[in-house]
Amino acid sequence: MSTLFSKANRQVFTNPLNLDNPITVQILGICSALAVTSQLKPAIVMGLSVTVITAFANVIISLIRKTIPNRIRIIVQLVVVAALVTIVSNILKAYVYDVSVQLSVYVGLIITNCILMGRLEAFAMQNGPWESFLDGIGNGLGYAVILIIVGFVREILGFGTILGLQIIPDSWLLDNGGGYLHNGMMTMPAMALILLACVIWAHRAYNKEIK
Amino acid sequence: MAKLNTNSNTYTILYAAGIVIVVAFLLAFVSSALKPTQDANVAIDKKQQILASLNLRNVEKTETEAKFAEVIQQDMIYDVASTDVLDEGKSESKDQAGFKVESKEFAAKRPFYIATVDGATKYVIPVTGAGLWGGIWGYIALDDDCETVFGTYFSHESETAGLGARITEDWFQTSFAGKKLHAADDASVIALSVVKKGKEGNMSPDNYVNGVTGATLTSNGVNDMIQKCLGAYQDILAQYKK
Repeated sequence: MSTLFSKANRQVFTNPLNLDNPITVQILGICSALAVTSQLKPAIVMGLSVTVITAFANVIISLIRKTIPNRIRIIVQLVVVAALVTIVSNILKAYVYDVSVQLSVYVGLIITNCILMGRLEAFAMQNGPWESFLDGIGNGLGYAVILIIVGFVREILGFGTILGLQIIPDSWLLDNGGGYLHNGMMTMPAMALILLACVIWAHRAYNKEIK
Repeated sequence: MAKLNTNSNTYTILYAAGIVIVVAFLLAFVSSALKPTQDANVAIDKKQQILASLNLRNVEKTETEAKFAEVIQQDMIYDVASTDVLDEGKSESKDQAGFKVESKEFAAKRPFYIATVDGATKYVIPVTGAGLWGGIWGYIALDDDCETVFGTYFSHESETAGLGARITEDWFQTSFAGKKLHAADDASVIALSVVKKGKEGNMSPDNYVNGVTGATLTSNGVNDMIQKCLGAYQDILAQYKK
């Protein structure tokens, strides 16, 4: 059992959380980071869904990696991911209908998330199932953390709420005689890109070793 | 055993065929095994939506059937061209009529619900339209004067979360309550509108609600949907007007 959590394996898991973060360092999965972060809740749900699916897709690809013909490996990866996402979406619809309604298009969007294909191609094709599983969880969580940071800032500045709970009282608003105005820019994807750039900047300034 | 040449053409083709067949069977199996549960969920969800338009929100899933049967008195189907009743709605022999009409059939049939909430008669009209990315739909409940909005419910296929998708939130839907369908001086067209804050012009506050900030196109979609779909029910509403 000791090898399961060896130092190398621990690094596989912890690196994507910080020094090899999929969004801020590998610059993968930017598109969905812009689309789903205008509020905190979808950002959290999306982060968790991607974590689960990356982990399982990594394990499956890692299990069959030695049999996959090199020329069609990307297609095989895509088929596995698409099948997995379709099954998950069907199960959600049958057993937790409310959640599936809430996620609506995001479940389908997971297929196009670059992190999945990126990790399958870069990691699962060369490593065993357990390492791949850790890598999937690590990358998914690394992605989720950034989504949550951006979602948090956008929701509080754009809507004055956190997870739908009102933080900025209505009486502060300009309409009601106060001096405060929600920043409508924050609700736009363009602002997410700028926030994301700020996160990357801060992250790199803090970790000098990232080139 | 000799090492398999995973790069040969034959192997590649067989592998591709094999994986496609396996995945196809798997997906077909999952989909058909879960279909009945999913359909039941969809029906319950639709009942919850109709109840929500009558301001009966957050009814428990297990209580939805009973509540719906208690509140909804009739789900009728009207002809599109005339006020002929195609189906009287639920009777002893069957329990659903208008409820089974899907939105793609709205071109030929007009479903119309009659409900009783706390002893008062309400009418529910289904509406459908287009948002920014995909379809939007909803239910509008009217008081028995066929003029005052009692409640609304809206939902969507794929509007942006946090922007257009906020039409599903309670604050937006309840902002319609008490609004009037027509302007005071013109009963021929539906005046009820969704307008951007600051663009109200000289409309009566009885006739508009504010749209969702940052989601102008979805708000416009809701506006067009209400005016078009309710406009198509004017003749029926005139019959019920008190």
